[in-house]
Amino acid sequence: MSDVKLIEVKENILSDNKEMAEKLRRMLFEKKTFLLNLMASPGAGKTTLILKTIETLRKEFRLGVIEADIDSSVDAEKVVSQGIAAIQLRTGGFCHLDASMVSKGLAAMDLDGIDILIIENIGNLVCPAEFDTGAIKNAMILSVPEGDDKPLKYPLMFTVCDALVVNKIDYLSMSDFNIQAMKDRVYALNPNIRIFEVSAKTGEGIEAWANWLKEEYNTFVNPT
Amino acid sequence: MHELPVIKSILDICLRQAVQYKVSKIVGIHLEIGRLSDLEEEWMQKYFDYLSEGTVAEGAKIKVEWVPIVLRCTECGESFEVAAKELSGVACPKCHIENKFSLVSGKEYQIKNMEAY
Repeated sequence: MSDVKLIEVKENILSDNKEMAEKLRRMLFEKKTFLLNLMASPGAGKTTLILKTIETLRKEFRLGVIEADIDSSVDAEKVVSQGIAAIQLRTGGFCHLDASMVSKGLAAMDLDGIDILIIENIGNLVCPAEFDTGAIKNAMILSVPEGDDKPLKYPLMFTVCDALVVNKIDYLSMSDFNIQAMKDRVYALNPNIRIFEVSAKTGEGIEAWANWLKEEYNTFVNPT
Repeated sequence: MHELPVIKSILDICLRQAVQYKVSKIVGIHLEIGRLSDLEEEWMQKYFDYLSEGTVAEGAKIKVEWVPIVLRCTECGESFEVAAKELSGVACPKCHIENKFSLVSGKEYQIKNMEAY
């Protein structure tokens, strides 16, 4: 047997995915399509927040949605019923979206006609945090009934997001959710994150969230 | 939870390196992974054994070097290690200020090297 040699690899485990994600970002930049990756647990209100965001921004922007679901198209149907371009990616059991799956979704959409495209990632706070989707910005929803300890259980997710939407704020008075403690935990992991307290159901706080998206879009298309 | 695609990615990179360095057998793969990741070593090896069957990496052992979560206090500059479970209300051991930190390490996700012949 020949001598065992040590080969220095020094490569990120997900380098292929990162490369693909960078390629998607370059393409999105050319097309001037702002891609937002929205992540959350099942039931946190992803689809409701998306519908409310569409309602708020549809006069100013051409919007689109990529829905990821393990095996259904219920969410995409809800978006399409609002007259918004949407496609459904069935991940067939996969627990997250990666850049190659997103690229398939992008290929199926007319990006020239879309200013802001939102990916509704799979309902899961673990796996989507590891995989760069090629999005320009990442956001996540934490809903009040899930509890203020989520940043402790899923720290990675909170470090990769640019914005956190605390949804179902209308439940706050009925729960022991400590919003300040939650914020402290989140800022400890990610001091630059923007936090929005909203109720996608009543519309409370939606404007501030929509304004953030608008500002991010403007910065994206007119970088200084 | 998502060990399968991660392992697939590791295997692809190592097989590419095997071709480049003209080796006929990979015996060990050394990874550097931050403690913020939830990957389980036991499952990583099981998935690896399954995916690498019939390749030059079959039988290779995966070794994980876990990189600790290190925070740096943005007030006084002190760096210190914390466990993932202790990430609530962290206070700087030196100036005792709470929750004003930047992340120094803990998100590593790298293949360091591999042993092959």
